[in-house]
Amino acid sequence: MADAFIYDAVRTPRGRGKADGSLHEVPAVDLAVTALDAIRRRNDLDPILVEDVVLGCVDPVGEAGGDIARASALKAGFGKEVPGIQINRFCASGLDAVNLAAAQVMTGMKDIAIGGGVESMSRIGMGASGGAWPADPGIAVPYYFLPQGISADLIATKYGFSRDDVDAYAVESQKRAARAWEEGRFKKSVIPVKDINGLTILDRDEHMRPQTDMQSLGQLKAAFEQIGDMGGFDAVAIAAHPDVEFINHVHHAGNSSGIVDGASAVLVGSEEGGRKAGLKPRARIRSFASIGSDLALMLTGPIDVSELALKKAGMTKDDIDLFEINEAFSAVVLRYIQALDLDPAKVNVNGGAIAMGHPLGATGGMIIGTVLDELERTGKQTALITLCVAAGMGTATVIERV
Amino acid sequence: MTNFNNFRFEVDGDGIAVATWDMPGRSMNVITTEVMGELSAIIETVANDAAIKGCVVTSGKDSFSGGADLGMLQESKTQFEKLAKEKGPEEAMKAFFEESRRLSLLYRRLETSGKPFVAAIHGVCLGGAFELALACHHRVLSDVDATRVGLPEIKVGLFPGAGGTQRVARLMQTGDALQMLLKGDQIRPLMARNMGLVHQVVPRDQLVQAGKDWIKGGGSAEAPWDQKGFKLPSNKVYTPAGMQIWPPANAIYRRETQDNYPAARAILEAVYQGLQLPMDQALRVESRFFAKILRSKEAAAMIRTFFLSMQELNKGARRPKNVPPTSLKKVGVVGAGFMGASIAYVTANAGMEVVLIDRDTEAAEKGKAHSHKLMTDQIMKGRAKTADRDALLARIKASADYNDLKDCDLVVEAVFEDPKVKADVIQKVEAVIPADCIFASNTSTLPISSLAKTSKRPDEFIGIHFFSPVEKMMLVEVILGKQTGDKALAAALDFVRAIKKTPIAVNDSRGFFANRCVLGYILEGHLMFLEGVPPAMIENAGKQAGMPVGPLSLNDEVGVDLGLKILRATKEQLGEAAIVPAQEQLLTELVDKGGRLGRKNRKGFYDYPENGPKRLWPGLKELQPKHLDAETLDMQELKKRLLVTQALEAARTVEEGVITDPREADVGSILGFGFAPYTGGVLSYIDFMGAKAFVDLCRDLQAKYGDRFAPPKILLDMAASGETFYGQAEARKAA
Repeated sequence: MADAFIYDAVRTPRGRGKADGSLHEVPAVDLAVTALDAIRRRNDLDPILVEDVVLGCVDPVGEAGGDIARASALKAGFGKEVPGIQINRFCASGLDAVNLAAAQVMTGMKDIAIGGGVESMSRIGMGASGGAWPADPGIAVPYYFLPQGISADLIATKYGFSRDDVDAYAVESQKRAARAWEEGRFKKSVIPVKDINGLTILDRDEHMRPQTDMQSLGQLKAAFEQIGDMGGFDAVAIAAHPDVEFINHVHHAGNSSGIVDGASAVLVGSEEGGRKAGLKPRARIRSFASIGSDLALMLTGPIDVSELALKKAGMTKDDIDLFEINEAFSAVVLRYIQALDLDPAKVNVNGGAIAMGHPLGATGGMIIGTVLDELERTGKQTALITLCVAAGMGTATVIERV
Repeated sequence: MTNFNNFRFEVDGDGIAVATWDMPGRSMNVITTEVMGELSAIIETVANDAAIKGCVVTSGKDSFSGGADLGMLQESKTQFEKLAKEKGPEEAMKAFFEESRRLSLLYRRLETSGKPFVAAIHGVCLGGAFELALACHHRVLSDVDATRVGLPEIKVGLFPGAGGTQRVARLMQTGDALQMLLKGDQIRPLMARNMGLVHQVVPRDQLVQAGKDWIKGGGSAEAPWDQKGFKLPSNKVYTPAGMQIWPPANAIYRRETQDNYPAARAILEAVYQGLQLPMDQALRVESRFFAKILRSKEAAAMIRTFFLSMQELNKGARRPKNVPPTSLKKVGVVGAGFMGASIAYVTANAGMEVVLIDRDTEAAEKGKAHSHKLMTDQIMKGRAKTADRDALLARIKASADYNDLKDCDLVVEAVFEDPKVKADVIQKVEAVIPADCIFASNTSTLPISSLAKTSKRPDEFIGIHFFSPVEKMMLVEVILGKQTGDKALAAALDFVRAIKKTPIAVNDSRGFFANRCVLGYILEGHLMFLEGVPPAMIENAGKQAGMPVGPLSLNDEVGVDLGLKILRATKEQLGEAAIVPAQEQLLTELVDKGGRLGRKNRKGFYDYPENGPKRLWPGLKELQPKHLDAETLDMQELKKRLLVTQALEAARTVEEGVITDPREADVGSILGFGFAPYTGGVLSYIDFMGAKAFVDLCRDLQAKYGDRFAPPKILLDMAASGETFYGQAEARKAA
């Protein structure tokens, strides 16, 4: 089997995912084009060498519908010869896109492919693509559909994370992200989004609130208490986890991932592909995995899938220098650290989605680049990237610098 | 005029037909195979006769109809099982599917016949009958208070399968439609009009004319949902609005049913899928679910217990036939405490005169004041008038003089649960009451036969055991002592019927029937607790199994101290071997050391804060000798233990001859202590599982958890012979 290498990774900044967000005026396709164009230009890549563009997108409807990967590759000028495919595994879509690109390289069927993702949450709206799992009683009832916030609160309740615990983690995320930006740790990979005249529309993650402290978070009301009670979801959570007496609602906008717009792209290839393109590999993809897990907890998949990915790589957690787990909610990260017994100083060292936002389908491709930059900056070797996934799944990838 | 057996069919000078449903020899119209055939002929006549402009369907009786004959539905299931044996399951299923949707297709034919149909409804119109009305193009109700419409199928484990789910969901907002279908409430005329279920409410004598006028005025023969451009009241399922509706609807369904009721789930699925289809296909999907639910054991169990058995018991199934109806003009109640005062209230509320006796007039008046309070609550809720309260209170005489009992037809004592106190009351009462007056004790713990020993006339001595709160609890246990005679039994049953409650007749035994089962449930909860099962899991296991509350909550409700008292009394009278010492130790710890008596002093297994919901007491952890990891526990097994322990106790009451009719155990278990209703009751739980499977389950639990799960001989015999409790009862009746 061929090795799959990462040759480059870029992302757009993350715009606030509302009508007043800077990227709201930018069509979803153009977000993806920004990332694809950067991959092409800064690597002086002949796009004809790209044998597939795999993009994750969670709400692929409207302008993001009908295979946005193909539309984006065309608009990025890759030429009619370059195919595109859009995939969806909810929040891990971006990472799964990279894994799928890598898998095709490993089989030897392709030498160069791009994986990544795009989501314009301000323009399309979360949940716009619908889906049977929340709505169809034949699936929702037996498989304990819950809104993710309720699942996050269930995790906090079941594993004993208090409101202070989850708020403290959120404050830390903001601090780490602010420091990373201040020190320019992201500048290598963040590609400003520009207009047709070359004017910059956004060059920074605009969701961050570096001034956040325990006191300011303490003033926010738990966001999921009302739907938990009136919508019946607390009862569903308890039905699935009957050792829980009641749900302690601790999550709110300040300790959950932000709703933002953005795109990512990761250039993956074989050794042969790199040679053809005249590029030097930055890291090798050691292993990857996806799993299904408890439906009601929903967001604990990263634990099991990390163990699986490590096993496939022939490694243990002690072999990993940096962990990057998507900060969907504070409790997701806290439970991950608790279950795997990790040193918090190795986890999400430059902050995460609580501070900078989580453009659903794009995030996986973003954080793989973030952690690779950090490995290079600090001279470390290995990293594990993982995301929790709606409907109780998880995806993980292990990389190692070469 | 065409004549049918069940309808009068006339066409007036304007060419408008009136089909008057009036079944011979029945007080109430019901949908039978013959009715369906005749209705079909009427529809075809109206559709094909160019001279007929439309048709008004009404009833010749005091009510419209109660719906389909549940016996007919059960029969079709039996036919299916027979056919499955003869021709194989696939062939049988095809035939059953077609048969089970005949009514649905008939109504659809009416709806699409091209001629306008009007339902003119007076009195109750429920279930399949209201589905007929829903298929009509126009619905008129009489403004009479007794008129009610509704789809109560869910209450017997079924759902409206003749278009009901689809038409209701097209008449109102999805959330409202689901609520109506899942609750099965009967709806008053004005409410029905406000909900959009019917079009007009008119005086009874104008019903048919209003229907005719609507047809003459050009009423459309096309249902709204068959018209071009029809918009669903809540828009399409897959819209942002739909996404606000369905996820919580699914969650609330689980909260309310614990997913134990396939018919309720089928309602959700039929509406969800149906709203995405045109009407004919939507009806076919509804039929698919109906054919499945009609074959479910939950429907069979619930129809039998909630419809057939309940009705039979209320009609006096156990009443000795040779005793003439008891005259119950005046009833004495001795002891004006909480129970006595409530018994006085329900008796007076049923129109009987009541003498409420206590040791002094003040205490008796205090008991009477309870009725004043209850009636005032009713007035505040708009359910009664001041005059009703005055009349009711006038029927209750509060007194300290036993001589006031001298012309009573029945006396019920509800004094302190002490044999000496009771003996004294029995003596005083018997000294004044007439010879044909029946004496009843409302004891819940003392054996009736031993109390009867202090009576001079034990054949006219009986137990009438009410459950608390008396006003709400629909069950009454009638307890037969060894010497209780037929006349006393008949009087007790007549009395229970008069106060509109459901009686079960139980032979004397410690705890009678209901409390024996309940104590088993609570004990199992305590034992799980001592095993180290997380308390929340014990409670949730009870609720998920279908019980109204978990065993620890129930213990708090009845009083942890009362539980301890009963336990100690049992130990004193039957010896150490009759109790579980660890349970005594646990309760002693809670009551004597912790002062935790239950809800009454706001601390038991739970804490009951002044504001905010009750929460399990954090100190419980220290009372558990060990703590099991929730992830290693088998929730299904915990649920089974909680139900099996009750069913086993019920089987023992049958073996001991305490229960002599399985209907009484089933109805009693549901009305008395809310035993998982979807099972049809404690004995149906065993019957539908099969005695053999149940015995295997008991053996498994016995090996793991001890001899309290040892199956009694009666079950071993049934397992060997393949018999059921109901089968045996039938055989006894036939013999």
